[in-house]
Amino acid sequence: MLATAIIVFREVLEAALVIGIVLAATQGLARRNVWVSLGIVAGIAGAGLVALFADVISAALAGAGQEVFNSGILLFAVVMLGWHNVWMRRHGREMAQQMRDVGQAIKVGDRSMYMLAVVVGLAVLREGSEVVLFLYGIAVAQQDSSRLMISGGLLGLLSGAAMGLLMYRGLLRISSRYLFTVTTWLITLLAAGMAAQAAGFLTQADLLPPLVQSMWDTSSILAQSSIPGRVLQTLVGYVDHPNGMQVLFYAATLVSIAVLMRLYGNAPSTKVQTVNALGT
Amino acid sequence: MGVKYWVAVLGLGLSLATALPLRAADLPSYNLSVKDGRFMPEKLEVPAGQKFKLIVRNEGSGPEEFESSDLNREKIITAGKSAVIFIGPLKPGTYGFYGEFHPKTARGQIVAK
Repeated sequence: MLATAIIVFREVLEAALVIGIVLAATQGLARRNVWVSLGIVAGIAGAGLVALFADVISAALAGAGQEVFNSGILLFAVVMLGWHNVWMRRHGREMAQQMRDVGQAIKVGDRSMYMLAVVVGLAVLREGSEVVLFLYGIAVAQQDSSRLMISGGLLGLLSGAAMGLLMYRGLLRISSRYLFTVTTWLITLLAAGMAAQAAGFLTQADLLPPLVQSMWDTSSILAQSSIPGRVLQTLVGYVDHPNGMQVLFYAATLVSIAVLMRLYGNAPSTKVQTVNALGT
Repeated sequence: MGVKYWVAVLGLGLSLATALPLRAADLPSYNLSVKDGRFMPEKLEVPAGQKFKLIVRNEGSGPEEFESSDLNREKIITAGKSAVIFIGPLKPGTYGFYGEFHPKTARGQIVAK
């Protein structure tokens, strides 16, 4: 049972941390919980589908289907995360003003939650499909009684969720003046880490060259397979011996998001000024 | 963000997926099988300094995930299927791998010489 719990925990951990960060980044937005719940529910449904069609996905694209699928999902999430940062930078102030009005708050919340709900859904889908396949494997092999399997799975799920909750609670302790800056950074690093993971899948399938097999090796200091290693992998994209392409994707994502935030994040919002002018 | 946006995203994704050059490289390949939480063989010798294909066949009744942090690889293999994993070129050394779904028993090593 404990073995089941640990494996489920390791899989749930990543999605839980992503949800924790998203919740902190959207603190105070109307209908936030609805959007995050929608993301989770859609992700779970998607995870079931992906597990069901695992054979089809794996066999697609001359055997590279699984890697292309995983990297596609990761890169899509990267785009959503980057977009969210740019969007928030551009509309953050305008939102704060509009949020005083209840009706507006709901509209504003919906607009800004949209992308992050997709990110939550994709994270749950990716990790969840592995959990489903793993539990299915246990059920088929009948290693454990189904009661033990279910309690192990639940224990893993709850401990994973607890880590996400810890992440969220921890972030909320940050003074609200800095919270936005911190979550913006976390989301940027999350995106960069996901991009590096995607590059890893694409090199595994031989669709991209690794450039350099191993840029460095810190596995003796902090192994990526350990729980702290996993946490850091999700949060900042830690890889104990990344290949060159992974480092390149990581850096390119950091730079792209920073540049896009500068280019498109600071445009003055004339709409709000007009509305304000009319209001006074 | 309307329907057009999603169509564009989907279109971009599909064209990327089909445009990717699926190189069926003529690389040496090595076979590994896994059955109900055991790899066969548990020690695989490969030449160092050369890229190769690892073909992992799952002969068990449930899915398995081939995972190796030493090699930076992870791939799920459903029951009765094989998966191709591109590895290397490796420096001489020993690289551990394991079955994520049976981490206690499914363990093996690739030795690059």
